[in-house]
Amino acid sequence: MSTALQITDLSKTFPVGKKLFGGATGAVKAVHPMSLSVQTGETLGIVGESGCGKSTLARMLVGLLPPTTGSIEIEGAALDNADPAAFGKRIQYVFQDPISSLNPRKTIRQIMDAPLKLLHGMDRAAREKRILEIFDSVNLRADFLDRYPHEFSGGQAQRIGIARALAAQARILILDEPVSALDVSVQAQVLNLLADLKREFGLTYLFISHDLAVVEAVSDRIAVLYFGSVVEEGRAEEIFAHPRHPYTKLLADSAPVVGRPLSDPEHGQAELPNPLDPPPGCAFAKRCPYASAQCRSAPPPLTEMGTDQRVACYHPLPAPEQV
Amino acid sequence: MGGYILKRLLLAIPVILGITVIVFLIMAMIPGDPATAILGSYATPDNVARINRDLGLDKPLVARYFIWLWNMLHGDFGQSFSLNRPVIDVVLERFNNTLILAGTSFVLCTVFGILAGVISAARQYGLADKAITFAVLLGISIPSFFLGMMMILFFAVDLRWFPVSGMTAIYGGGDLADVIHHLTMPALALAVVATGVVARLSRSAMLEVLRQDFIRTARAKGVREGRVIWGHALRAAMVSIIPVLGIQAGFVLSGAVYIEIVFQWPGIGRMLVDAILQRDILLVQGGVVFVASCYVIFNIIVDVAQSLLDPRIKT
Amino acid sequence: MSAFFKLLARNRLALGGLIVMGLVVALALITPLLPLADPDATDTANRFLPPLSDGYLLGTDGLGRDLLSRLLWGTRLSLAVGFAAALFAAVAGAAVGIIAGFYGGRTDNIIMRGVDMLMAFPYILLALAIVAALGPGLVNALIAVSVVNIPFFARNIRGITVGLAHKEFVDAAKLAGMSNPRIILSEILPNVVPVIVIAMSTTIGWMILETAGLSFLGLGSQPPQADLGSMLGEARSALITNPHTSVIPGIMILIIVMSINLLGDGVRDALDPRLKSGALSRPMAATRVERKERPAPETSTDAILSLDDLHTQFHVKDRIYKAVSGVSLSVKPGECLGVIGESGSGKSVTALSIMGLVASPPGIITAGAARLEGRDMLSARFGELRRLRGRRVAYIFQDPLATLHPLYKVGDQLIEAISCHRAISKSEGRKKAIELLKSVRIPNPEERIDIYPHEMSGGMRQRVGIAMALANDPDVIIADEPTTALDVTVQAQILSLLSDLRRERGLAIIFITHDFGVVAQLCDRVAVMYAGRIVEEGPTMEILRAPAHPYTSRLIACVPELGEGKRKLEAIPGLPPSVDNLPAGCAFADRCLKAQDSCTKGEIGLEGSGSRAVRCLFPEPGFAEETA
Ligand SMILES: Nc1ncnc2c1ncn2[C@@H]1O[C@H](COP(=O)(O)OP(=O)(O)O)[C@@H](O)[C@H]1O
Ligand code: SF4
Ligand code: SF4
Ligand SMILES: [Mg+2]
Repeated sequence: MSTALQITDLSKTFPVGKKLFGGATGAVKAVHPMSLSVQTGETLGIVGESGCGKSTLARMLVGLLPPTTGSIEIEGAALDNADPAAFGKRIQYVFQDPISSLNPRKTIRQIMDAPLKLLHGMDRAAREKRILEIFDSVNLRADFLDRYPHEFSGGQAQRIGIARALAAQARILILDEPVSALDVSVQAQVLNLLADLKREFGLTYLFISHDLAVVEAVSDRIAVLYFGSVVEEGRAEEIFAHPRHPYTKLLADSAPVVGRPLSDPEHGQAELPNPLDPPPGCAFAKRCPYASAQCRSAPPPLTEMGTDQRVACYHPLPAPEQV
Repeated sequence: MGGYILKRLLLAIPVILGITVIVFLIMAMIPGDPATAILGSYATPDNVARINRDLGLDKPLVARYFIWLWNMLHGDFGQSFSLNRPVIDVVLERFNNTLILAGTSFVLCTVFGILAGVISAARQYGLADKAITFAVLLGISIPSFFLGMMMILFFAVDLRWFPVSGMTAIYGGGDLADVIHHLTMPALALAVVATGVVARLSRSAMLEVLRQDFIRTARAKGVREGRVIWGHALRAAMVSIIPVLGIQAGFVLSGAVYIEIVFQWPGIGRMLVDAILQRDILLVQGGVVFVASCYVIFNIIVDVAQSLLDPRIKT
Repeated sequence: MSAFFKLLARNRLALGGLIVMGLVVALALITPLLPLADPDATDTANRFLPPLSDGYLLGTDGLGRDLLSRLLWGTRLSLAVGFAAALFAAVAGAAVGIIAGFYGGRTDNIIMRGVDMLMAFPYILLALAIVAALGPGLVNALIAVSVVNIPFFARNIRGITVGLAHKEFVDAAKLAGMSNPRIILSEILPNVVPVIVIAMSTTIGWMILETAGLSFLGLGSQPPQADLGSMLGEARSALITNPHTSVIPGIMILIIVMSINLLGDGVRDALDPRLKSGALSRPMAATRVERKERPAPETSTDAILSLDDLHTQFHVKDRIYKAVSGVSLSVKPGECLGVIGESGSGKSVTALSIMGLVASPPGIITAGAARLEGRDMLSARFGELRRLRGRRVAYIFQDPLATLHPLYKVGDQLIEAISCHRAISKSEGRKKAIELLKSVRIPNPEERIDIYPHEMSGGMRQRVGIAMALANDPDVIIADEPTTALDVTVQAQILSLLSDLRRERGLAIIFITHDFGVVAQLCDRVAVMYAGRIVEEGPTMEILRAPAHPYTSRLIACVPELGEGKRKLEAIPGLPPSVDNLPAGCAFADRCLKAQDSCTKGEIGLEGSGSRAVRCLFPEPGFAEETA
């Protein structure tokens, strides 16, 4: 198995506020230095709550946002110059809001044409042929091509978004909450389509979502983000069943599940730390029942624990009994 | 808040300096030399050279600008040759008259514009809405100078309710009642267009706000409809109305030029037009810089009002 | 394009404007061909002839020139100058605005500082200064008017462009390999053009007024040539003695500008997509109720709140959207009823209909009753309805940021919830508000009471929303997806809070959601909605264990649940039907694997035995066995 995507110490800091004479009054670390790798043909799920840096990470990975530090390696080649056109052939993005990711004043054909023409220099006939092939594989009818985006439902628009990403012939797709804007019955259709496409074209996915159940259903491995950092990473079937980081456990316990009585695992109301004034130690310390003095002094490093599991915690939960 | 006001005032300094530069550069583009204009038939080469030296016109452009700026900072705006008086005296006197006219109109257009806009929105598609919409359309389509002339014909010449022109009666005038008597027609004529614009904008801002979720919340709480409209909705709509009031103040000030001419109101607009026609450059420069600077200050007041209303604005 | 003209033509005022404008323009175009006197030929013997004089249809001016001829030539000039100025200002302003807005950063900063500088002048001062420098003359007036209007266009277009530049489709274009200039031309510009056209059509009238104004001051067109403004200016001295010389050009300006404004408004309305859906009409204080028949009298129950055959529709243009068609449900004190369904299934409209909060226009309640302790609230006068809102029946809405007033302090909004139902002193109100915040477990309520909603997190805001609903100790709370916008950990907190409050206060809750997990944890009974109707109803656990309606069972199956691992999901093919075009019979038929011909033949009732009911001819086996 080869590495499709390797990021090393990638981070992003946004300047915020404006002083009277230029300059920023503060900085928000949206993504703390993080390293992740995705193997070819694998789906890496990324979960975390709103504002934890999921979209910022995704936008850096496709070159829409220049990273503050770190490097991105796609299929063995370094790509750090934040040029979306250079990234486009290798890695593509599927957006959360399917309708607003399509220009309302262009036909679907014009939208599909752009990557084929600009990234691959195809002529008209070749483009037509390719578009029809792609449309066939995402189960869209060819007569949609001359319509405008507002004529489509969310599910159809998301298929068009996926078709556009496929047209670039990238083998890695960043899926940023691709089904969050869709209704549950349509959500399943799109998720199944994504699974079929992956098999058919040998794609690699980075699947971002806030919905634990969805991520678990589609991923091979999952990374849990909290406040801009990976706090736990492991195999999909293990991570929520046997969480080792207290935050992962909180997430898993909070998800409403049929048959489990209602509970508020936190017995109160915890809030995220202030991004302008982050705590010196573990960002989760304020909400964590196991927090110690050590936790509050320095951020815990992401360390290997057992096979294929990494946890950033000084006092990880016990591993499940080996059978 | 104090810090915010101070910051805004500091930021106004470069803007006012920019205004002086723009005005100075535009006036420097004037072809021919002012000395000839001043001297008229006395323009012998000797005289022209002397005047140029007196006015500092023989110096390079940049030096002239800084001399002019330096003098202004010391309250010396130069001498108007056409009126043979210090520019600052004329400007202050005339601007005061303009403020009486434009200020009254501004208050009128704010009050009636918002009132009409809110009623129009609250009764959307009703009779009041249609009547107001039509009146507004008429108001923004009629040239204010034409409206002024028609008012003179009707209210002054035919009905004799108001004097035809001027700011005070020639004999024994000048008290408050007299000024109000003279002020009524020009202030109304000037206010009409601005009222229309404010009413239009208030209507659409209110319609926008009334569709928001928080209005539904207010109604779901059981808040009285009057308070929903005049409290919750208008307050939120003011966020988009206030900046337009700032712009309207500029339009009222601008429209005053025409109204001053039609009603022979001794304001600064009329003075500026005369000065331009007579090429009294120092008077034009001084007048424009003075009025524009006052307008900058006024807009700071508008911004401060906005930040008092809207806590989401960082101060 | 043809749709645009259709919309324009439908607007009668705009059509009137178009016709008048067309006539004026046509007249101006053919002026050189008309048998008119020379507009500049003076004839001192025939000064100030009144209109309808021999040979002078509109009379003559102070120099004996033919007014009709001068009027037409002047109109031609004024129109040309006005259009040219508008076009020039719009193109230059749009270019500046698009560049500033798209590139942002320093480019934007420098350009917008310059624009601000120009806008710091009352516009006429700048125009006067420019004319002073260039000298009086019509072309110079045109330049002055255009230049002073560029900043207005630039600012407007920049704002739109900034919004567009952050749209996802621009990112997508970058990833498709487009360069920045290409993105401006092919992605941004097509979306900005309608705005430019709107801005232009609504400002041409203004430009004509402004150039006429400069001419009126003697700074525009120079004698003997005259546009409408200078005609007025020259006539001013004879205003009192010969008013017709002023009235004629003045009326002409009025006609031109008014027809342009009418037309401009029409163009704006036709191009603004929000108006097409009728969304720009404001909702009235209560939903319109237009019931053909009196609702059937109450069959006595122990329910505190009941809906009986509720029908709510939206009438948009000539379409009728049947958002809710025949919903009946009820809650008892202390009971929690879940309403579950996909978006568009009519959950919110059902909830909002109860207290007349459906936006109207376009919403209309066409049949049914909503009874609070047997009293039909849809028949109540507005005053009575208002006194019940929030006091007996309170709402909690989905998006807590949008549903709280952004400019009022949290505490004031809480106090108002109380004070609009009973008089309460300031200090007592404050005390009560702090108590309420405490009851929804907000830490430091004494401080939080004085902050604004935007200073709180989503979870805190939703607690305030709940506190507001509790303010008057209502009997029923209607919660419309109160946790959908929240993160899972916050959702867990809010749900357990609601559950505790219900137990402590004996509240009846109608809880709307699309999440079976939430329903399972919170609700005693659940009603499943599809295409505006309840398709299944019954105790939550029974329905989850053995769903009776094919839709319910397929819906449960297609939602991934935590702990089931990676797998293929049981998707439901197709889409729910659009409620403006509902099929006969079962609305689920075209997605249903069990559909038979009989399913699409006429009404299918909500039939049931005991606590359960289902709207299906062939319910799932588990249910059939249970009820048999
Ligand atoms: N352009 C920006 N300027 C300042 N802060 C930003 C910007 N974009 C994102 N952030 C901040 O970065 C953090 C992560 O945001 P985001 O990547 O959008 O998270 P998610 O995708 O999980 O919602 C948030 O705190 C957000 O406020
Ligand atoms: S490092 Fe400490 S505070 Fe952070 S999650 Fe682990 S135990 Fe809790
Ligand atoms: S009525 Fe017929 S089509 Fe409808 S759900 Fe039942 S079986 Fe399916
Ligand atoms: Mg996001």
